Amino acid sequence: MEDYFTLISGRTKKQAAGLHKGPGSPEHLIATSYVEISDADMTRLGVSDGETVKLVSSAGFVELKAFKADLPDGLLFIPMGPAANQLVSAETFGVGMPSFKGQKVKVEPV
Amino acid sequence: MSQVFENVVCKFCGCLCDDITVEVEDTHISKVKKACPNGRGMFLDYDSSYSKPFVDGKEASWDEAIAASVDILNKADSPLIYGLSSTSSEAQRKAVELADILGAVIDSTSSVCHFPTSLAFQAIGEVTCTLGEVKDRADLLIFWGCNPLVSHIRHFTRYSANAKGRYIKNGRKGRTVVVVDVRPTPTSKVADLFIQIKPGTDYEVLTSLRALVNGKELEKDVDGVATEDLEKLVDLMKGCNYGVASFGMGLTMSAGRQYNVGELFTLVVELNKFTRFSAMPMRGHGNVAGADQVLSWLSGYPTAVSFACGVPQIGPGEFTSVDMLANGAADAALILASNPGAHFPYAAAKQLNKIPTIYMAPAGDCKPESATVVLPTACYGIDAEGTAYRMDNVPIRLRSVLQKTRPTDEEILLQFIKAVEKC
Repeated sequence: MEDYFTLISGRTKKQAAGLHKGPGSPEHLIATSYVEISDADMTRLGVSDGETVKLVSSAGFVELKAFKADLPDGLLFIPMGPAANQLVSAETFGVGMPSFKGQKVKVEPV
Repeated sequence: MSQVFENVVCKFCGCLCDDITVEVEDTHISKVKKACPNGRGMFLDYDSSYSKPFVDGKEASWDEAIAASVDILNKADSPLIYGLSSTSSEAQRKAVELADILGAVIDSTSSVCHFPTSLAFQAIGEVTCTLGEVKDRADLLIFWGCNPLVSHIRHFTRYSANAKGRYIKNGRKGRTVVVVDVRPTPTSKVADLFIQIKPGTDYEVLTSLRALVNGKELEKDVDGVATEDLEKLVDLMKGCNYGVASFGMGLTMSAGRQYNVGELFTLVVELNKFTRFSAMPMRGHGNVAGADQVLSWLSGYPTAVSFACGVPQIGPGEFTSVDMLANGAADAALILASNPGAHFPYAAAKQLNKIPTIYMAPAGDCKPESATVVLPTACYGIDAEGTAYRMDNVPIRLRSVLQKTRPTDEEILLQFIKAVEKC
């Protein structure tokens, strides 16, 4: 069975603090380079807290450390930034807005 | 020598908090009081020292950098001007004038935040209010698809949930807070009612609420949301004295986009048959609302505007920057107070490496290696004065607390306007 998740990206306090240090700064990259997954999905995928997973979408792929979070099953959260943007397609559905919330992503343990 | 400035405006987000205390030691900001962590970082991490422009990766004089920029703009057939949301409205005005002269496309960061809201606004209309009315009157606050305790940290204390207002004298105890979101957030954890919906089902839930408000019955749960929860929310909405629905990217970036927002606007219109109700987008960048205002009053459209045909034309999905870049439609870019490289999908951002680009932003914000020209300008609200529009479209004057060592965006854009050739 293919494991397709719904990815949403969004703000975090650390992501905003990283932006003050400069986009692409170590603080910004650390704050935006992880993925949150629900406890049940982590178990189902056989992934432990802090282990690396490969995320693949129609736009590209990225490898990130996964952490358990209070999320509904099937949902992924990545702080907005370069890692999430590797996965978000440039398709804008005729209004200019990419799917920063709603991109379908497959998750594979590494 | 130290100097203390009171009631300084923080322009990090659309709250534009205007009660910040800033302490300056000689040429740098040493202490900031009352600001949230986001705002404090903006002031304390700011480097006001003089820095030179770069052309092709090498330091250049301001004259050389402006000449190189003008050359890029003159040679381009389809230049894109993007950003605008962290600069002043005076500079935004000059950017629109430049776009008009060049026959360029001009687009603000709205295009990847609340442009769907603008489209819904133009289609449906918007019943709205000021943040002062929220503070003084709102006894029901709905936060839909937004997380102000992370992104607009002082919204609760200054304007909404916890604020004591003229008619809401006991603050949080006098207000009911409802959060609708796809996941638990710091904001949902302090809400009186949290309705968790499935991603991409905002439109269905809003339509169901409209049905209930209009006296219809629901036959079954809506995409996993219990009918009882929706009925409880409808009772709160119809029974309040003054309701405000604040909403964020959860509506505009999800499936349905402008239709989600349009459905919320329609719901709010219908609620005004029963009580007073308003809607307000939670605007991100400090002057993104100003970008919408300035572009609208000068061109008739809030963003994604092309002047290529000699008259302004709006083109969602065509003149929006992600599309302009991903489709290879822009052959040069002027990036003003923004960093699309950090915020656009990779397929669009990488196109900026293939075309000549001019980056204008406060020093430290902008040193992308791929930029052809980098112009490190002053920062409005820190070492330059200007106007910004709060998220409720109230214009606020940004103050300057440091001595300016670099030109402003407005000054540079004025030089471009004088030097470029009319298309």
